[in-house]
Amino acid sequence: MRQRNIGDVILDVRNISLAFGGVKALQSISFDVREHEVRAIIGPNGAGKSSMLNCINGVYHPQEGEIVYKGEVRRDMDTHHAAESGIARTFQNLALFKGMSVLDNIMTGRNLKMKTGILAQALHFGPARAEELREREFCEHVIDFLEIQPYRKTPVGRLPYGLQKRVDLGRALAAQPQVLLLDEPMAGMNVEEKQDMCRFVLDINDEFGTTIVLIEHDMGVVMDISDRVVVLDYGKKIGDGTPDEVRNDPEVIRAYLGAGH
Amino acid sequence: MAARKNGPVIALGVVLAAGLAAPLLTGSAPGFYLEVLIGGLMAGVLYSLVALGFVLIFKASGVFNFAQGAMVLFAALALARLAEWLPGWIGIPAGFPALALAFVLATGIMIVLAWVVERVVLRPLVAQDPVALLMATLGVTFFLDGFGQTIWGSDVYKIDLGISKEPTMILQSMFEGGILVSKEDLVATVIATLLVLMLALFFQKTATGRALRAVADDHQAAQSIGIPLNRIWVIVWAVAGFVALVAGMVWGSKLGVQFSLAQLALKALPVVILGGFTSIPGAIIGGLVIGVGEKMAEVFLGPPLVKMWDLAGGGIENWFAYVLALLFLMVRPEGLFGEKHIDRV
Repeated sequence: MRQRNIGDVILDVRNISLAFGGVKALQSISFDVREHEVRAIIGPNGAGKSSMLNCINGVYHPQEGEIVYKGEVRRDMDTHHAAESGIARTFQNLALFKGMSVLDNIMTGRNLKMKTGILAQALHFGPARAEELREREFCEHVIDFLEIQPYRKTPVGRLPYGLQKRVDLGRALAAQPQVLLLDEPMAGMNVEEKQDMCRFVLDINDEFGTTIVLIEHDMGVVMDISDRVVVLDYGKKIGDGTPDEVRNDPEVIRAYLGAGH
Repeated sequence: MAARKNGPVIALGVVLAAGLAAPLLTGSAPGFYLEVLIGGLMAGVLYSLVALGFVLIFKASGVFNFAQGAMVLFAALALARLAEWLPGWIGIPAGFPALALAFVLATGIMIVLAWVVERVVLRPLVAQDPVALLMATLGVTFFLDGFGQTIWGSDVYKIDLGISKEPTMILQSMFEGGILVSKEDLVATVIATLLVLMLALFFQKTATGRALRAVADDHQAAQSIGIPLNRIWVIVWAVAGFVALVAGMVWGSKLGVQFSLAQLALKALPVVILGGFTSIPGAIIGGLVIGVGEKMAEVFLGPPLVKMWDLAGGGIENWFAYVLALLFLMVRPEGLFGEKHIDRV
């Protein structure tokens, strides 16, 4: 059993509603995420899982409700602010910079940590140079951690899908986030790749104490690695609890298997 | 990846190479030929400078900035006039010190301009049709032309880089009569090369450069990992403004700072078509190809044509670039180095 010390609530989602025109993507969703835990969001296709993540990191702005992050109440967040305050994410549809190398992609995740002015950077002068080297060293650690050293200089567009997913994770990790949002990190992977990815997620959680919010379809994976699970269906929350509780919840079973069972 | 049809490209390449070699085979003096070639290359470098401004902005924001030529004129006017006025205002010596300070101030002006354009033009129009943005930059063009006249005046002004207008003779031992090279063009080439190297380093080696490349690669991805698009746009317009300033300085010292500088944008258009809208190396190579092509056509293609059909003669330089660009469009619509679009069905 893994050693865990789950802390207080770090992220509290309260009554979030989001609609696109007449389509209600999220209806009054509430749940909380505790520090250092692995929290999963599951649900059938179109349940509103990705929309939920998009609200948390500021891509979408919910019409109602609020999100409390580290004690700070906020309604709207822009992506830049979210990234700066320690929320990083990966994407369901890969959003990597395909023409850039693995190292460069991961370095973009580190950009927000870099504080020297553009002029100093342009002249590649003193502090800017030292900073670039320091941050680069950190990114090399991330690359080692994710075991993608052989591809450091390869343009990301040329890597196989499973490795691209890993680079996506690396870019998020480079920001040293407190909360890491993972949108279907294992979608489209074979069993071996899934095992690797699970190992990375758990290692990140253990070694860096990063809080993880994860969307995943593979029930086996979700039940294995998460501490608590939120279940969404058609924009509504229909279950919340430990994997065991959720597994035995009649409402959840109905949503997954259809009525009449 | 789908196999690319190389036939037409190779055919065009052969035709161009034959065209390039024809004068030598038909008995032009090698020295003179080389002189024309070098002259073409140097003119090409200057086209590249203007084209570079287009490419930078197009890559980072998908906007075809029609105002690039007006920015060249505006920057050149600012430089010329400030260099003229500064000695009177603060008593620094005219000549190089005044010019250097004027250059710094003009850089500042272009940065402010970039910020204003982002605030007033780009931000309200974000996510609109590309046509709306093109129209907006057309508006910026006319605004800059007029506003430039209002504050800087509308005469022809000089930028004196302190280089003599006398051409130098090189390689006298190799060719009969040597090769005449304009010193101005040489200096311009050196400046342009330095600028390109600086930009390459900036884009490849710095955090901001990386962010710029990231935005150019994928807007939405860049935004969702927290790269602030608005700030990136200001930076890229400022960089394009700086490139315009350098281009304006070089062209201005050669031709005088006047309204026709703004027309340079139209000369750079075939360059970007040829090189590809999204490629910095493309802008450079495209500029060289157009520069050489134009000069060669004017000197070697013009006279036989005139003789053959008994024409009035001249003027080939004005349209040849566009014909060349058109040929390239037919065989490679994405340009020499542009990204090929393959849509998934």
